[in-house]
Amino acid sequence: MAKNKKAGWDGFSLKPRKEMPEGLWLSCPSCKNMLYKKTVDENLSVCPECRHHFRIDGPTRVRQLVDEGSLEELAQDLASSDPLAFVWGEQAYKNRIKADPDANSAHEAVLVGKAFIRGRGVILAAMDFSFLGGSMGMVVGEKFCRGVDRAIAENLPLVVVSCSGGARMHEGVVALQQMAKTSAALARLDEAGGLYISVLTDPTTGGVAASFSMLGDVIIAEPKALIGFTGPRVIQQTIKIELPEGFQRAEFLVEHGFVDMIVERKDLRSEIGRLIDYCGK
Amino acid sequence: MTIKDIKNTALQYLPFENEIAELDRQIEELRKQHLRDSLQGEASPAIRALQVKQTDLLQQIYTTMTPWQTVQVARHPQRPIFSDYLKNMFKDVRILHGDRCFGDDRAIVTALGQIGREKVMIIGQNKGKDIKEKIACNFGCPNPEGYRKALAKMKLAEKFGLPVVTLIDTPGAYPGVGAEERGQAQAIAVNLMEMSRLRVPVVCVVIGEGGSGGALGIGVGDRMAILEHSYYSVISPEGCAAILWHDGTQAPRAAEALKLTGRELLKLKLVDAVISEPLGGAHRNMHDTLYNVEQYITKNLAQLKRTPIDTLVNARYARLRGIGADCLPASAFAARRGKAKTPGRLPLKDKLAAARDLSETAAQ
Repeated sequence: MAKNKKAGWDGFSLKPRKEMPEGLWLSCPSCKNMLYKKTVDENLSVCPECRHHFRIDGPTRVRQLVDEGSLEELAQDLASSDPLAFVWGEQAYKNRIKADPDANSAHEAVLVGKAFIRGRGVILAAMDFSFLGGSMGMVVGEKFCRGVDRAIAENLPLVVVSCSGGARMHEGVVALQQMAKTSAALARLDEAGGLYISVLTDPTTGGVAASFSMLGDVIIAEPKALIGFTGPRVIQQTIKIELPEGFQRAEFLVEHGFVDMIVERKDLRSEIGRLIDYCGK
Repeated sequence: MTIKDIKNTALQYLPFENEIAELDRQIEELRKQHLRDSLQGEASPAIRALQVKQTDLLQQIYTTMTPWQTVQVARHPQRPIFSDYLKNMFKDVRILHGDRCFGDDRAIVTALGQIGREKVMIIGQNKGKDIKEKIACNFGCPNPEGYRKALAKMKLAEKFGLPVVTLIDTPGAYPGVGAEERGQAQAIAVNLMEMSRLRVPVVCVVIGEGGSGGALGIGVGDRMAILEHSYYSVISPEGCAAILWHDGTQAPRAAEALKLTGRELLKLKLVDAVISEPLGGAHRNMHDTLYNVEQYITKNLAQLKRTPIDTLVNARYARLRGIGADCLPASAFAARRGKAKTPGRLPLKDKLAAARDLSETAAQ
């Protein structure tokens, strides 16, 4: 027995190796099944076995949500001016923004545009977690506000799909103030009587959750999405207790009264359409 | 704790104040000797020389402070906290409790009071003096009921036309299970929205720590000021260091990068004013600090009260919309990466000029 316990010796595994060529297969983090990527993509990036919703980027979200080819992007030509000239060690924030290969699409953490969802005109904002964790900086704030302006001007419902870790640290208080800025813009929309549907996806935390995400007239969440102010890891580190099962998940928020409904990705289009029929003008 | 109490308790020195501590000790020693030696209470030349030296040193240290030192001063245990302001800066204070919904959060105090001749609604974040009070106040970290209480009282102020004064001093909103259950994010979000359209003047002053969303939750107003040795940041320097270097001890470097001091924020036009502190920081002279803050608030309230409320609310909105509106065109980035060589596009130089124009017009 002692022999087997030598460091680095774990015995042979009889299980088949789960290493596959990159990108063709992926493992579902929820049910651990190996899934063929194409099948998952065709299923709106939802695990066909356990209905786990994978994170999707902005353009994919738009493709899934709007009537084909109906998106007219707004204010796409914006980039951060790096107000703090943020550098750490050898790295600079400026280079991080530049590193994005395609400057004209998904250049920032949000994509705003006018589109149709099941034939109903909307202003849509879809956040993109793949760009610096979907964090909100000056560009996200500005694009969002311009979207709100357009929604007020054209009397269209606003649909926002949040997917973000919070405010963008690299822009300091400028990013923090975007919370106030977007909320103030929504106050204007509210006064104009516009409908605002907020869709929360995994994850919606920090400064984004504590501003426009939680101000929806109707708040929809995707199943099991992580939604909260402080991330679970920070809470655990601070108060040093085991967090309850399902803490800060969409179902938890429904239970505590902060989300109107949980809608699966495949039903999102029809549900938004129906809500617009009820509340839109 | 009154001014007298602060004078009677021994001053706690920060790590970068070692030399001052030494000088203070020498002065104290000489003074004791002197009392014994001389008949008159006159200060001896030796003491005077030391005092001059001490003042010079304080001046030198406090005018060339690093951002991290500023953070340390902002967190100084003897720095005047909200309860000091409430007791000494406002008159005729009536504390109002409770959010009429869940409970009363001790980390946010709301009160009716008078500053100068102005009757105002006071909203402030309280850290607590002794350990018992600190625990009751959650060390200045508000729970959602605190933000809801603040909003309820602001609505009350709006109803009766009382200006709102908020004093910000928090490491951040409380990260706890209960806070999440009761909707910390939603509470702050609603505050941001409602404060942006509150139909009374709002003056905000950061008196210590301005910790992220927790500070912003009562920090949207017509005027935003910060005390000289306070900070206001999107994330704590420790948190930032943990993300960037995976090492919380790099906080000094993070503080540098975050541009969180009053002076930097003023440069970025994120605050309207930096209120100066007496030599050696607020904890060395509470009276003067409070006086400076009071002057700032009364002066600005008088100004704001003369402005019609519609103008005020519109200006507040315009000011918020202006923050971060000076984005660059993304194409400037593409050009800089050398991608824009396709014919029909503007040359790099023109694009940068266009970007500059855009930012300039936005700044105006």
